[in-house]
Amino acid sequence: MSKLGLWGLKKSPWVYHLAAAPCNNCDIEILELLTPRFDVERFGVVLVGSPRHADALLVTGVINRKSLPRVLEVYEQAAKPCLVICIGTCTGDKHIFRNSYNAVGPYDKHLPVHAFIPGCPPRPEAMLLGVVKALGKL
Amino acid sequence: MIGWTGWRLAFSLLIFPGFLFTVLVGFVLSWVDRLVTARVQFRKGPPFIQPFADFFKLMLKQTIVPEGASALVFLFAPMLGVIAMTVATVILWNASFGGSGFVGDVLVLVYLFALPPLGLIIGASASRNPLAAVGASREMTLYFGYEFPFLLALLVPIIKSGGQVQLEALVAAQAGAPFLGSVSGVIAAIIVLLVTQAKLGLVPFDTAEAEQEIMTGVYTEYSGVALAMFKLTRAMMMVVMPLFLVTVLWGGFASWWAILKFLAIIVLVVLIRNTNPRLRVDQALRFFWFGLGGLGIVAVILALAGI
Repeated sequence: MSKLGLWGLKKSPWVYHLAAAPCNNCDIEILELLTPRFDVERFGVVLVGSPRHADALLVTGVINRKSLPRVLEVYEQAAKPCLVICIGTCTGDKHIFRNSYNAVGPYDKHLPVHAFIPGCPPRPEAMLLGVVKALGKL
Repeated sequence: MIGWTGWRLAFSLLIFPGFLFTVLVGFVLSWVDRLVTARVQFRKGPPFIQPFADFFKLMLKQTIVPEGASALVFLFAPMLGVIAMTVATVILWNASFGGSGFVGDVLVLVYLFALPPLGLIIGASASRNPLAAVGASREMTLYFGYEFPFLLALLVPIIKSGGQVQLEALVAAQAGAPFLGSVSGVIAAIIVLLVTQAKLGLVPFDTAEAEQEIMTGVYTEYSGVALAMFKLTRAMMMVVMPLFLVTVLWGGFASWWAILKFLAIIVLVVLIRNTNPRLRVDQALRFFWFGLGGLGIVAVILALAGI
């Protein structure tokens, strides 16, 4: 990708909220992040309704046998380059589901993940920091 | 040999009043739109450079053609709006800057304004997505809704200028007093303002891309360059529609003060967008046909009576 496009990507990351079997805790915090109080539009972050428009997927929830194929499909439908940002402890080390027969490992075993944001749920400030760090790595 | 006239035409289409200039102004106006929205919600809002960043990012992203979609139609449809708005903007600016107009250019504009929604409907239908199909059907209904009051409102300046269908003549007829100074002119301006809202797909009439119901509706399958073209069309329409209102009803671009008229219309549109709920498509249709349509007939009768 050219320099201009990379600059554009850093200045206007559109996010798609991908709730893959979460307990809704992280999702409520994501909605909190998108409220006027935190004003993420300052950084060009906009919530989009279709994975085709997305520059970053905000994935929440413990990864399991049923949700994994769906998540992979949405990732394949997204226009590349597309970041994957995993929100919540469940997405990384499975949290309280670590002994479950149904949980199939952290997300980076299946997808190229750019950032894990731990917390149950993480605070909106932490998510913002995670997105900024993921963009800084590009 | 292209010759002097040919080069001038190419320049006016591609650079000065045409494509490049309108796109730049359109990006600034879409930033104003987002900034005013942010201020209404007590936010700081995006930086000035935001629409440019969005555009370059989309231009350099992957463009996906969905499986089973008609690739040619799917990729050509976004261009339709860009081309139509480029021609429309040249015609409109020429009327104010004393360029070359022609008899009947008002009527040509009506047809050019029909092309962006047409491109949207064709593109969404070609994308083979059920949500886009719902969006396309809503866009079509909305288009048939707002075209009727729009044409009635357009009759008002034509009647008041004594049957002129040339933009230059309309601007000249308003030299002393703009049509907005009369009752019928005010009604026509209100109708054009609300139709602008619907043409831009802003909130009371954004059923075609209602995020909460049908994802992003007509745009669902679009990505990369094709989506950038739709954003470009929308940015250009943000220039063309207020410019049309200023030209036919508010005295044209007689002086630099006209920039303030322009900004006033944009801010009014954004405030309507931020203070209203979305109408269902049947409510919108009823509003346009029986509400604004009735008002439009009243405006035409008043214009014929000279009020």
